Amino acid sequence: MGKENIGLTLKVWRQKNEADKGHFETYKLSEVSTHASFLEMIDVLNEQLIVEGKDPVAFDHDCREGICGMCSMYINGRAHGPQSATTTCQLHMRHFNDGETITIEPWRAAPFPVIKDLTVDRSAFDQIMAAGGYVSVNTGNAPDGNAMPIPKEDADEAFNAAACIGCGACVAACKNASAMLFVSAKVSQYALLPQGQPERKERVLKMVAKMDELGFGNCTNTGACEAECPKGISITNIARLNREFLSASLTPGH
Amino acid sequence: MKLDAKIPAGALPEKWTKYRSTVRLVSPANKRKIDIIVVGTGLAGASAAASLAELGYKVKAFCFQDSPRRAHSIAAQGGINAAKNYQNDGDSVFRLFYDTIKGGDYRAREANVHRLAEVSGSIIDQCVAQGVPFAREYGGLLDNRSFGGTQVSRTFYARGQTGQQLLLGAYSALSRQIEKGQVEMFSRHEMVEVVMVDGKARGIIARDLVSGKLERHSGHAVVIASGGYGNVFYLSTNAMGSNVTAAWKAHKQGALFGNPCFTQIHPTCLPQTGEYQSKLTLMSESLRNDGRVWVPKTKEDAKAIQEGRKKASDIAEADRDYYLERKYPAFGNLVPRDVASRAAKEACDEGRGVAPTGLAVFLDFRDAINRLGKDVISARYGNLFEMYDKITGDNPYETPMKIYPAVHYTMGGLWVDYNLMTTVPGLYAIGEANFSDHGANRLGASALMQGLADGYFVLPYTIGDYLADEIGTGKISTDGDAFVQAEQIVTERQKRLMGIKGKQSVESFHRRLGKIMWEYCGMARNEEGLTKARDMIRALRDEFWSDVRIPGTMEEFNPELDKAGRVADFLELGELMVIDALVRKESCGGHFRLESQTPEGEAKRDDDNFAFVSAWEFNGLEGDPILHQENLEFEAVKLTQRSYK
Ligand SMILES: Cc1cc2nc3c(=O)[nH]c(=O)nc-3n(C[C@H](O)[C@H](O)[C@H](O)COP(=O)(O)OP(=O)(O)OC[C@H]3O[C@@H](n4cnc5c(N)ncnc54)[C@H](O)[C@@H]3O)c2cc1C
Ligand code: SF4
Ligand code: FES
Repeated sequence: MGKENIGLTLKVWRQKNEADKGHFETYKLSEVSTHASFLEMIDVLNEQLIVEGKDPVAFDHDCREGICGMCSMYINGRAHGPQSATTTCQLHMRHFNDGETITIEPWRAAPFPVIKDLTVDRSAFDQIMAAGGYVSVNTGNAPDGNAMPIPKEDADEAFNAAACIGCGACVAACKNASAMLFVSAKVSQYALLPQGQPERKERVLKMVAKMDELGFGNCTNTGACEAECPKGISITNIARLNREFLSASLTPGH
Repeated sequence: MKLDAKIPAGALPEKWTKYRSTVRLVSPANKRKIDIIVVGTGLAGASAAASLAELGYKVKAFCFQDSPRRAHSIAAQGGINAAKNYQNDGDSVFRLFYDTIKGGDYRAREANVHRLAEVSGSIIDQCVAQGVPFAREYGGLLDNRSFGGTQVSRTFYARGQTGQQLLLGAYSALSRQIEKGQVEMFSRHEMVEVVMVDGKARGIIARDLVSGKLERHSGHAVVIASGGYGNVFYLSTNAMGSNVTAAWKAHKQGALFGNPCFTQIHPTCLPQTGEYQSKLTLMSESLRNDGRVWVPKTKEDAKAIQEGRKKASDIAEADRDYYLERKYPAFGNLVPRDVASRAAKEACDEGRGVAPTGLAVFLDFRDAINRLGKDVISARYGNLFEMYDKITGDNPYETPMKIYPAVHYTMGGLWVDYNLMTTVPGLYAIGEANFSDHGANRLGASALMQGLADGYFVLPYTIGDYLADEIGTGKISTDGDAFVQAEQIVTERQKRLMGIKGKQSVESFHRRLGKIMWEYCGMARNEEGLTKARDMIRALRDEFWSDVRIPGTMEEFNPELDKAGRVADFLELGELMVIDALVRKESCGGHFRLESQTPEGEAKRDDDNFAFVSAWEFNGLEGDPILHQENLEFEAVKLTQRSYK
């Protein structure tokens, strides 16, 4: 490190809309502060493009704190870039070198069609959630919060799974575009908690069926998803999902 | 216009229970015939949409992100309050009510706040039932912590991601109703106009952000749950997309805007490092439980630190000024947010700031680590320390954090009555978008509580009072004149924006507006600065409308156009905030008028002249807005000057 400002060459994927074929465009940036975040670096590029009368690069982002799951860039061949356990918005330029060329692409997966440039449509994830990612409890029905003690270890493990931000990096990183890590995180959260038990079997069957229907691929255990997940969702959740699915499928009536 | 807060009669503790059991109902058969539009799917909007749908209403929900799960509520870290008294430390509904009124510096409506405290417990029950993984103790019961200077432990939390877990709970309830067909979800849609028919809110115009097409949606009621407007300051802890557009359009259609100048500046945020900076990051307030805030006693030492000639560890103990502990011995580092923020500004204004910009103070864990050990500190704040390290490249175990106040929350918002209805019939506002409950300053962990209270437990009841008269209305057509005209107005506005073809980016205008707001309508305000700011904002607005450059076209995915619409609204709101701050010639909560201080330099309220809510009526951009006052009457609490000494 050391240098306060660096110069960069950016190779950015430009695609007007879903139908467009798309291509890489090369841009030069000088004087990028190493304190800036990756998205702020793109802001600087866009400011430059707008002032030059050109079309800025479209990309998804919102919280810029690593929690909303909206940002989604494939940087130098890695979902969310080179830092582990880091979303694109939390990636800072001090991790890049002066003079470096950075390649930036959208998530590439058939169930995530490109809307424009680096922006993709991840609504398939919402559909999987709607298929069963909940506990069926209407407002007002709930017993006292402390009526049902839950062992701390179970609550903590459920939390670890619940920390998924729904960014889709796992799908983008997987050569099969499998959504198993995402689905397993939700299934695990509920499978580990007493509240999730009544609908445990139905839930896993419905969510997996929806995932297949939407065209996500199979899991072949390459582990790329876990390696790229910014929230450290463990691949052991996939093993749990497989067990849950198997046991639910074997239940008479299903 | 006469303001009627519609506060039910009766003793304060009984108002809600009595009202709830007498408010008019809509039968299940009739609910099916009623459409409700909910703009926003944060904690307030998602919980409302799900609960209304469960009751049988037909709901259309809107959000501008690509999924309802990404609303800004997701970013809340610290926790959610509830008067459960699980810790047996003397908490009660009254105490939560009292703390909220006092914390808000006596500028909130008693009846609403009491109701909030009453329903707080049910929120926790509901979230637990949904499978929200709250922190637990070894015995398996829910854990609590004390937060933001309260003397009881009533804050429930899920590590440092409470907002995320609560929102995912509400999102799951919403998803279930989407699957059932009770809620129709419109993601990547932005509401750009309220449609009024015969004086009632009857629908909205929304822009499909992907195709750029305008859509007309009708409903028997419209609920604004669009969050806060802190981004008027450009730099804030809010998400990049957070905006005032939905609330502002409602305001321009006749909804009064309550206390627009009441802004919360959070003391523990990461300082700005450069011009390119797009947002400020909050470091949870819980850090103040163990961190000590200080700056060097002398300007010389501070200067040496600013220039990199000295480090924090080079400053001897005797040369450090732990100014919060010095000035407020009773509360020390745990004074409320507004007090802590102002004290930091003061220290930096004296030239004792510790960042190259001069705008930062230290938050030091050295003593806590020595006392409790690194493991304890890491268990408490590990994730926050990591986040700090990730962003700044500094390790807080070894060197103190640098923090500075940043805009965080807006107490102001659309004025609503007890039913959460604005002054426009059929138009409701919930969550941070309304002005209710927090007065002039919000207590930590109370926004999540309010959003979910509004959405799960208040609006689903109170909306019946209005909708009971709508059961005979039938489906509202979107072909009527009102819809056609509203759509035309939006088209014209967008055409005008696109047609400017100027030279400066939307972002650059936003940044300049933010600087004006921060300088003159930020932590300290006075008549001269505010007057100047008003002119500056008007001039900037004119410049925007003649020189902004928006690339692309209207008929496509065009984030720059979306942003331009939002910034155009901020440029109008900013002026109203300044006017509101000018009129309120007292200091209270987050609103500090330099002209109104105690001899010790603390905020001085003026209850004789200002114990009211300012509710502003839109009166064209050329004219002055019209002030209406809702006088606040206090029965249950006695007004006292806050003191944290
Ligand atoms: C960093 C941070 C930490 C916080 N921590 C805490 C905490 O620990 N405890 C606490 O109590 N509070 C906390 N708060 C405050 C709290 O998070 C917010 O006040 C609260 O979540 C707001 O919820 P909401 O539902 O009103 O709005 P939001 O969650 O902001 O949701 C707004 C919704 O409206 C939609 N929307 C906006 N405009 C439009 C439009 N024109 N058309 C269509 N849709 C629109 C958005 O898409 C979104 O769905 C924190 C805030 C921040 C910024
Ligand atoms: S599992 Fe990880 S990578 Fe996949 S969506 Fe969740 S947070 Fe993103
Ligand atoms: S922008 Fe929210 S996670 Fe990156």
